[in-house]
Formats: sequence, structure tokens, C-alpha cells
Amino acid sequence: MFAYSIRSIAQGLLVLVAVAFIAFSMFRFVGDPVANMLGQEATLQDRQELSERLGLNDPWPVQFAQFIGNAATGEFGVSYRQARKVSDLIKERLPATVELAVLSALVATFFGVLLGVYVAINRTGFLSNAIMSISLIGVSLPTFLIGIGLIYIFAVELRWLPSFGRGETVKIGWWSTGLLTESGRKSLIMPVLTLAFFQLTLIMRLVRSEMLEVMRADFIRFARARGLGERVIELRHALRNTLVPVVTIAGLQLGSVIAFAIVTETVFQWPGLGALFVNAVQFADVPVMAAYLMFVAAVFVITNLIVDLLYFLLDPRLRTGGRTAKGH
Amino acid sequence: MTEKPVLEVKGLTLDFATRRGTLRALDGVSFTIGRGEVLGVVGESGAGKSLTGTAIIGLVERPGRITGGEIRLNGQRIDNLPPKEMRAIRGRKIGMIFQDPLTSLNPVFRIGDQLTETLQAHLPLSKAEARQRAIELLIEVGIPAPEKRIDGYPHEFSGGMRQRVVIALALAAGPDLIVADEPTTALDVSVQAQIITLLKRLCRTRGTSVMLITHDMGVIAETADRVAVMYAGRIAEIGPVADVIRHPRHPYARGLMGAIPALDTRVKRLTQISGSMPRLDSIPKGCAFQPRCTMAIPRCSLERPELVQAGASRAACWLANAETEVPA
Ligand SMILES: Nc1ncnc2c1ncn2[C@@H]1O[C@H](COP(=O)(O)OP(=O)(O)OP(=O)(O)O)[C@@H](O)[C@H]1O
Ligand code: SF4
Ligand SMILES: [Mg+2]
Repeated sequence: MFAYSIRSIAQGLLVLVAVAFIAFSMFRFVGDPVANMLGQEATLQDRQELSERLGLNDPWPVQFAQFIGNAATGEFGVSYRQARKVSDLIKERLPATVELAVLSALVATFFGVLLGVYVAINRTGFLSNAIMSISLIGVSLPTFLIGIGLIYIFAVELRWLPSFGRGETVKIGWWSTGLLTESGRKSLIMPVLTLAFFQLTLIMRLVRSEMLEVMRADFIRFARARGLGERVIELRHALRNTLVPVVTIAGLQLGSVIAFAIVTETVFQWPGLGALFVNAVQFADVPVMAAYLMFVAAVFVITNLIVDLLYFLLDPRLRTGGRTAKGH
Repeated sequence: MTEKPVLEVKGLTLDFATRRGTLRALDGVSFTIGRGEVLGVVGESGAGKSLTGTAIIGLVERPGRITGGEIRLNGQRIDNLPPKEMRAIRGRKIGMIFQDPLTSLNPVFRIGDQLTETLQAHLPLSKAEARQRAIELLIEVGIPAPEKRIDGYPHEFSGGMRQRVVIALALAAGPDLIVADEPTTALDVSVQAQIITLLKRLCRTRGTSVMLITHDMGVIAETADRVAVMYAGRIAEIGPVADVIRHPRHPYARGLMGAIPALDTRVKRLTQISGSMPRLDSIPKGCAFQPRCTMAIPRCSLERPELVQAGASRAACWLANAETEVPA
């Protein structure tokens, strides 16, 4: 387990450094930071001074090391466009995205597993077929169409839910939450459903196929031969074995939920990181773009590590495998 | 053996509905197993040994279906019971041991949990009582340090130890009959004899009857009271072990037994008789063995022989009683 974790962490760090290099390269190849900061009227001397001050005249490995050092402390400089510290901007937008993504991931996992188990157990039922057909839509329809469709039905026609924004939020320290007000909760519903839909269908189909696979295993036959009830076999023996691969995928999906949030945030004008990033791209606001890239990479790496840990909890075979690796 | 047999199988017929028509995999299989008796079942691959076992325990999977005959346990008909009642019999009255101990146990549950769930499914035991009983069972099947090992996972046990656990599971609720389908085939040769000896000892002390499916004639000779030789979904010959081995009546059985030079010499595998068993869709109309039989008479390809008494055994061959005149 120990050796295994060390390896996972090392791999994660490698990914982060690679992404950092891409982010760092953007500073050098996208736009000219000095021109960006000083505007058109600056003198040549001003430019040289600033270049020196920003360390732009140092050799690039030195600059890269500096970039990584800063990134590790959450320091990405000042936004070209908004003239505010990038770390402040991120802090301001983070709660909106995290609430959206985490709720979506929970909804997707919970209903994905529930429906997946249902359609696996009742393979030929009418409801199962209906669910499977609808899930095909979820896999094939682009997210923004689902969002627009929801807006049309629930905001425009029925007028039940707001079509954009977070509603009223409450501040808890620096965190702002929409969960404590009614308008905040109402505003969350459609974005969460939109963002969750794709993952939900994915998880559901995964659970279904894994479960059908496990149900053919010898130990399921033997469990039947021992006289266990069909429900016990399905919900205890088969599901537990199904969850091992499902947790991996579902966990890894959290990273892509955050990445996918860009589209959802744009459709619902959700004031999160995704929207911040889209804006930054439009104005070549490199520090913000770099920070966002690093943020997404960090989320991917961290979820990866957590999934590895969950793996150990769910699959006893790995636990002993790890113990041997540690050298007893 | 004047008392009522534990198991009576009469005219058991099992069909597979396939796209290219119905395949008859078992055709009028009849036999009995007395209390405490060990019936060995031999025959080449595809003869229908496993199917007979699965039919008895009520686990025939689609597209297979029992289409005729009856199965009685302690006089009660069990082949047409509703699923719920059949489940109560599985594990409680009939236990089953499959070929592969490595895959018979659920890898993500402790063996103690698998034992206690089986015990509690059939007997009115509290959790603590079930655990105590589970430890006793592990002692009985010869697992060292059972108080500790009971909390181990299957992968922490060797193949032989796992098959001991499987035996403990099959015997947990004290069934009247154990169907053991090649219980040692997947094991290391060095532990095969131990497992057979253990199974034999446990069943004898408990008075449990055994249907022992195996390819190992040596095991049959040492363990079984009677033996059934199956061929192409039918019983070719059935009778007391010593009789069938020393004095086989059916040419196919004779071919099998010819492989045993002397009673005390072990022969691991049934030697091949030239030719191969017909596929289910091309079983000859008369005697199924006719294409390979060196003694066939014209009648053999026209009429199907039924089991008839021949000495102490019963054989399905037109020449069963002419055997004394025809040299083997
Ligand atoms: N799903 C199925 N569809 C069609 N035929 C099947 C199916 N399952 C099994 N059979 C057939 O049933 C016959 C009997 O199979 P069974 O498993 O009982 O053989 P066996 O005697 O146990 O052989 P082995 O020694 O290889 O275990 C075989 O000819 C097999 O082809
Ligand atoms: S009935 Fe005929 S073909 Fe069949 S085993 Fe006997 S002699 Fe051979
Ligand atoms: Mg078999």
C-alpha cells in the first residue's frame, strides 16, 4: 500500500509538472505580457525595466522553476484584464463551481448506481428498456442542448426555475454558498441536472454491464447453490464486486465534471471558474488561463489519489498485495 | 439399502432451445442415491454429468430447461417447486461443490461472512452463534488457526485451503446430499487426495450422501459405493463399483475400465476410446455409442437399448447379458 501510494503520488506530481510546463509556455507564446501590462504608450526603457522586474530576462529554466514555486503557493500573478490578483479571482469563483460539480457528481453517482442496478436486475422489463433508451440520449446529446432544453421547459414555459445565475448566496467566511437560500437551491437544480446527466448515463451503463458480467461469475452460482436469496446475491454479492471498477470510473469522472462545467456554466451564466476561464480565453488573459489549467490538473491528480485509496478499501486483494509490496 | 433413497431421479430429460432447434442434453436419466451412499459419476466431457448435478440442485440456466421426468428428495418432488421453496432446499438439504475453489468464493467478502450468511440463511442462529458454528466448521475441514483465519479473505488461502472452505460452506447447514462436481480437478495433484479423503470422512460421519462427479477412476474406486457411467446424455451403465470396474457390461464402460490395469493402480484420466462422442444435434437414433462400438449388431443402429439388469449392475446395451459369451 505504501509503495503503491508513493508511486501514485509521484505520477501525480509528474502530471502536474507537465501541465505547469504547458501553462508556463502560454506566457511566452500567447501575447506579450509586458505590452499587456504597460499598454501601448510605454517607452522602451519602461519595458526593459518591467521585463527585468518580472524576471523575463532570466533563462527559461529559472523562470519555470519560479513559476512552479509560485503555483505551488497558489500565486499566479495579476490578471491582465481585471488588474486583480488571480488567486483572489479564483477564490471568488471557486465555491460556485465546487458546489455545482460536487452536487452533480453526487447526483450522477447515486442515481447512476441505482438505475444501473435496476436495469441490470430487471433486464427485460418495460421500464428498463425505457431507461436504457433515454440514457442513449444522455450519451449522444451535447450538454448545451440539454441545458437549453431544460431552460426552455422549466424557465421559459413553466417559469418554475430561474434560467441563469446562482440566486442569492450566503457568505460563510470567504466561501459563498447557494445551498442556504431558496433561490440559491432553485438556481442549482437545472445546472446540476445538466452537468450530471452525461455522467449519470455513463455510470448507469457501466454499472449495468459490470453487474451483468459479475452475475455470470462462479461465486454467484455458488452463492445460489448455498441457498442465498436472489436479492442478497444481487445487492450484496454482485453489487459489491461491481462497485470496484465503478468507483474508479466515477471518481475519475469528477475531474471531467469540473472540466465539463465550462459548458454548463456558460449556458446558465453560472459565475464559476469555467465562466472565468472562457472570459479569460476571449481576452488572452494568460495568468487566469494558466491558473485554471493548473487547477483542473490538480483536481484530476487529487481525485486519482483518492480513487486509489478507495480501491484499497473496496478490494481486499489489493490490500494484501500492497502489504507484500511493503516488504512485510 | 432397503430404506427410502435420499435422491430419486426418474426419466430426467433436459433440453436446450437453440436457434437451430431443440437439443436434448439429458435423455431419460434415472438413478437413485441411498442414505450415506456415495455415487460416482463418470463419462467423457459433455456427457451431461454437470447438467445432471445442476438439475438436481435446481440451477439449470436458460436456455436449458427440464422437460421431463422427476427428481425426488426424501420422497418429495423437488423439480417443480416454486423458486422460493427450492431456495430453502439449496444449501439446507442439498449442497453443491464446484470444480474451481479459486472462483467459488466471493473475493471481496471475508470467508467468515460467507459462512455466517449461509448458516443464518438456513438456521435460526444469532450472529455470535453463527460465528461460533463457522469456527467449528473450519476446524472440521482442517483449517489451522480458524479463529484467526475466519476473518481472512479468499485470496489469502491456498487452493486446497479454499476448497476446504468451500466444503465447509456446502456442509454448513447439514444437507442430506452433496453434489460434488469435479471437486479436485482444479487443484494441485498433491492436495487432491487430501480433499477427497476429507470429503469422504465428513460425509460418512454425518451420514451425508454424495454424488461425486469426477474423471478420476482411482477416486471412484476408492470412494464410491456405486458408479454411473454417462454417455451422450444417458446412463450407459450403473452398478456397484467393484462390479462395474471388474465386470463392465456396456462396451463404453468396458473401454473406460480397460484403462485400469489393476484395482490398486491409480489412473488419473479416462483414456480415450477411438472416435468422439456425437454432438447433441447428431445423436444416432439407436444406441448413441453405436458409431464407436466394436461389437455393434444391426439392431444397435435401429433401436435404442434401455437399462436392463445385468448381474449386479444395470446397463443400456443390447448385449448386456450376452457379455459372458463375447470376449472383452
Ligand atoms: N447453454 C447451452 N446450450 C447448448 N448446449 C449446452 C449448453 N450448456 C451445456 N450444453 C451441452 O450440454 C452437454 C452436457 O454438458 P455438461 O456440462 O453436463 O457435461 P459434463 O459431462 O459435465 O462435461 P465435463 O466433463 O466437460 O464437465 C454438453 O454437450 C454441452 O454441449
Ligand atoms: S447397444 Fe450395440 S452399439 Fe450400443 S453399446 Fe451395446 S453393442 Fe454397442
Ligand atoms: Mg462438468
